[in-house]
Amino acid sequence: MLSLRPLFLAPARLLMGLLFLAPLIIVFVYSFLTRGAYGGQSLPLTAESFARLADPIYLRIVFRSFWIAGVSTVICVLLGFPLALFIARSRRRRNLWLGLVMLPFWTSFLVRTYAWMFLLRDTGLLNTILLSAGLIRGPLPLLYNDFAVVLGLVYGYLPFMVLPVYAALERIDPSLLEAAADLGAAPMTTLVRVIVPLSRPGIVAGAVLVFIPCLGAYLTPDLLGGGKSILIGNVVQNQFTNARDWPFGAALSLAVMAVVMVLLWAFRRGDREGFL
Amino acid sequence: MDTVLELREVSKRYPAHAAVSGVSLAVERGEFFALLGPSGSGKTTALRLVAGFEQPSGGDILLNGLRVNHLPPYHRNVCTVFQNYALFPHMSARENIEFGLRRRGVADIDAAVSAVIGLVQLAGKESRYPASLSGGERQRVALARSLVLRPDVLLLDEPLSALDPNLRKQVRGELKALQRRTVVTFLMVTHDQEEALSISDRIGVMNAGRLEQTGAPQDLYLRPRTRFIAGFLGPVNWIDGVGVRPEATRISHGPPAGDVRSAAATVESSTFLGNCFHVESRLASGGLAVAEVSRPNARFHRGDTVYLWWDASDELRLPADS
Repeated sequence: MLSLRPLFLAPARLLMGLLFLAPLIIVFVYSFLTRGAYGGQSLPLTAESFARLADPIYLRIVFRSFWIAGVSTVICVLLGFPLALFIARSRRRRNLWLGLVMLPFWTSFLVRTYAWMFLLRDTGLLNTILLSAGLIRGPLPLLYNDFAVVLGLVYGYLPFMVLPVYAALERIDPSLLEAAADLGAAPMTTLVRVIVPLSRPGIVAGAVLVFIPCLGAYLTPDLLGGGKSILIGNVVQNQFTNARDWPFGAALSLAVMAVVMVLLWAFRRGDREGFL
Repeated sequence: MDTVLELREVSKRYPAHAAVSGVSLAVERGEFFALLGPSGSGKTTALRLVAGFEQPSGGDILLNGLRVNHLPPYHRNVCTVFQNYALFPHMSARENIEFGLRRRGVADIDAAVSAVIGLVQLAGKESRYPASLSGGERQRVALARSLVLRPDVLLLDEPLSALDPNLRKQVRGELKALQRRTVVTFLMVTHDQEEALSISDRIGVMNAGRLEQTGAPQDLYLRPRTRFIAGFLGPVNWIDGVGVRPEATRISHGPPAGDVRSAAATVESSTFLGNCFHVESRLASGGLAVAEVSRPNARFHRGDTVYLWWDASDELRLPADS
């Protein structure tokens, strides 16, 4: 019998090959080339870009990036789980709350990040209100630091945490919660012993969806960090713009990708074996 | 008599309708009590009120003589076997059984778990997860998980409905035996009258949110108070305003002798069921009546003129309807 499978899969295969695999191969090739005199790249082939990764400056930035992304992810879990639980529990307004969670996507991320600058800067809304209320003497340093970067990342990626957790919570059979109460579990025990373990796949999916874009973020640290809070994303971006060192930028992004893949693999292994 | 659970004029009203209206009921310690009724009769709501998942709108629920109307489920010594069993999918059979014991801080969990696993015959399946247990095994985990807590009342919500029909009769016997052995009070909700009649010490029949009659299975079957109960517990022939069960209805071609009640009818059909015949006849009044004949003395054919007769003592008397 003639199978239609290859026919239906062909467009997706073509698209994935073109849009996903091809750029990756280009990045891979570039990372082994030599920096061109006026940008771009040229022969000979060399592994010099990878050797430069060992420079303590870059290692520090890599560590910092993992730290900032990790903190943002943890805060997203702590904020996103209760929010998702609240939405899953509300009956009539559920769609309204879900709509509000997704509403920010309707506006450009760039515009929303600029809006945060107006809120956080020394003459911004927050400092103006606090100053005029007499609660502080001078403006609080809310912008151009790690706090602002984490705030911007949490704000930007919280929906990616809320939606998968909500989906997992929604699938939990309500009779399981009644059964827990019936067997003597107070609400807090039911939360810890039943609700959290059963929504774990959603929490793990949300954490991955938040952590990876946070790690590669360059817009948020650029605007809200003001150049003082540099992350890998900024370094990579810089190699392709001001520094004009494409091979090094390519090597750096490949290295980060490799680390993320190893981490995800370890994470999934641990998750499957129940360590997490 | 030692009453473990009492409902006094209990009502549960929702904005759109009343699920339970003025139900009063006393369940004795150690008995197997069934709440029987069609779907929507309020029996499951009544069960949920006792479990503490719902709060009554009126009346009182007493457990061991103490009012528990607003006591949350986790503070009541009442356990529920849910219709879908509601086993925790992320816990093994053993962890499911241990769940309640851990919440209560029981000292020797292992001994209690081993004993109950033996009781419900689950040995060897302790480390299995619910997804890899059969329907019958899941039900036994659900029973064990509740029984191990020695509840004052064990609530069972349609316990046999999720099982394979072939398995139901067997499990029915096992459930009864389990109740006898543990002497835990069982309060079961069911819509299956055969299940209720065969398994319980007493039955309460619910209809449209009200408890219509309470009594032993035979009392209800032979002396129903209402036409609804008479019909719900088994088939009834209504002949000249009198109710007679098919198995008490005799049939013959000639007029019956002796001091019996009788009515003339015309045979419509005769169905062979293996252990008996069901002969369906049209009465002069226009109604249909079925006679269950186990050893027919004659053959009955469509169009035959026959007499249906019965002993006056077999007539169902309905005090509530008269």
